[in-house]
Amino acid sequence: MKTGTDRVKRGMAEMQKGGVIMDVVNAEQAKIAEEAGAVAVMALERVPSDIRAAGGVARMADPRIVEEVMGAVSIPVMAKARIGHIVEARLLEAMGADYIDESEVLTPADEEYHLNKRDYTVPFVCGCRDLGEAARRIGEGASMLRTKGEPGTGNIVEAVRHIRKVNAQVRKVVGMNEDELMTEAKLLGAPYELLLEIKSHGRLPVVNFAAGGVATPADAALMMELGADGVFVGSGIFKSENPAKFARAIVEATTHYQDYKLIAELSKELGTPMKGIEISSLAPEARMQERGW
Amino acid sequence: MIKVGVLGLQGAVREHVLSVEACGAEAVVIKRKGQLDEVDGLILPGGESTTMRRLIDKYDFMDSLKEFAQSGKPMFGTCAGLILLANNIIGYDEPHIGVMDVHVERNSFGRQRESFEADLDIAGVAEDFAAVFIRAPHIVEAGENVEILAKHNGRIVAAREGRFLGCSFHPELTDDHRLTGYFVEMIKESKQLIV
Repeated sequence: MKTGTDRVKRGMAEMQKGGVIMDVVNAEQAKIAEEAGAVAVMALERVPSDIRAAGGVARMADPRIVEEVMGAVSIPVMAKARIGHIVEARLLEAMGADYIDESEVLTPADEEYHLNKRDYTVPFVCGCRDLGEAARRIGEGASMLRTKGEPGTGNIVEAVRHIRKVNAQVRKVVGMNEDELMTEAKLLGAPYELLLEIKSHGRLPVVNFAAGGVATPADAALMMELGADGVFVGSGIFKSENPAKFARAIVEATTHYQDYKLIAELSKELGTPMKGIEISSLAPEARMQERGW
Repeated sequence: MIKVGVLGLQGAVREHVLSVEACGAEAVVIKRKGQLDEVDGLILPGGESTTMRRLIDKYDFMDSLKEFAQSGKPMFGTCAGLILLANNIIGYDEPHIGVMDVHVERNSFGRQRESFEADLDIAGVAEDFAAVFIRAPHIVEAGENVEILAKHNGRIVAAREGRFLGCSFHPELTDDHRLTGYFVEMIKESKQLIV
């Protein structure tokens, strides 16, 4: 009997496919998310838009919040650790979090190295903007990927850019001759063996969700249309006027992302979604997607 | 050709489709209840059972699934799918489809860090079957007509009752298609009976 194998860690993310993972900050929100049909929740101290507003250093959540959320729901509970923060990740693993997000939403603890995620029994999800970044994270042991998008903005444009980029680069690798892959690996900064694997399977070896800027049911469906395996919704749900209704609508739009009549129906009278931010109005140092290397 | 439906509301749908195809049958992803008429058997995949149940209710699938179960066509539930089939879920008042005479306990091996792989002998199906358990349930109690196919550390993790097959683990996550092949054979037998 073996725990923490690639199949067990990557398989956990496979079970989340077609689903929505929601950011929550307490037990009450976690229950609303579970009731709405979320496949998992991300336990946080503050949702990304509040992290943005608060400024300063954003760290792992208070362990009490993670415990409270784990006690409230039977679906899996994820939590965020700072990039490269070995001890935050170990604490979350010890507490029994089901998945750790090594996340650029928090202030990085290491500006050179990400965690060696192969060392852990618990699986990790990491953000990516292109195939090079995706492949480096998988190389370090990430069992699931997500687009970085631009968290806490309610603006989908960056998530769209990232999923299109990754998928276009995967298609390119799949179509290349094997003798071209070493140079491609050099150009992407990606492990060569991983590109061979992508070429032979025709896709990434792990699940890739959309994250960062999903604010409406139509945004969630758009990301599925573009090839995401599922959707993370951060600030969108609990910053909206009617979180329970909003959460249900996002779940349904993700399941039936090509049923446009249905999505139109469930988008009616949802109240005001979160106020969005135009990306070009963000100073470069305020862009979370630039974090990670 | 045998047509096997895979309930496609959420979870590891693609993997089951590939496994069914590897067994020489045709796979149909079922997103609408009307599609159930097209298929000879149905796989309920792994995923989050709470989420699947909500989507089943939302799209008024439950009666159709129960009718399908009564029609004599075989059903195979893996992990969350086993929970959907069981007639008793420990700690809950009501079952979901509730057609298989087993009592199941959810997340009974612990949280994700306790999830594991183990080699199983599955009676009449496979020896040394690499089984992947992810936040898995197990069968605590099985009715008298239930055939126990596999145990892990004394816990029942695979069983069959007539045309219903259920397991705690994820056969779709490996390249070993013997259990899916066994289910396809069950469908072939049931088609002969119905004819």
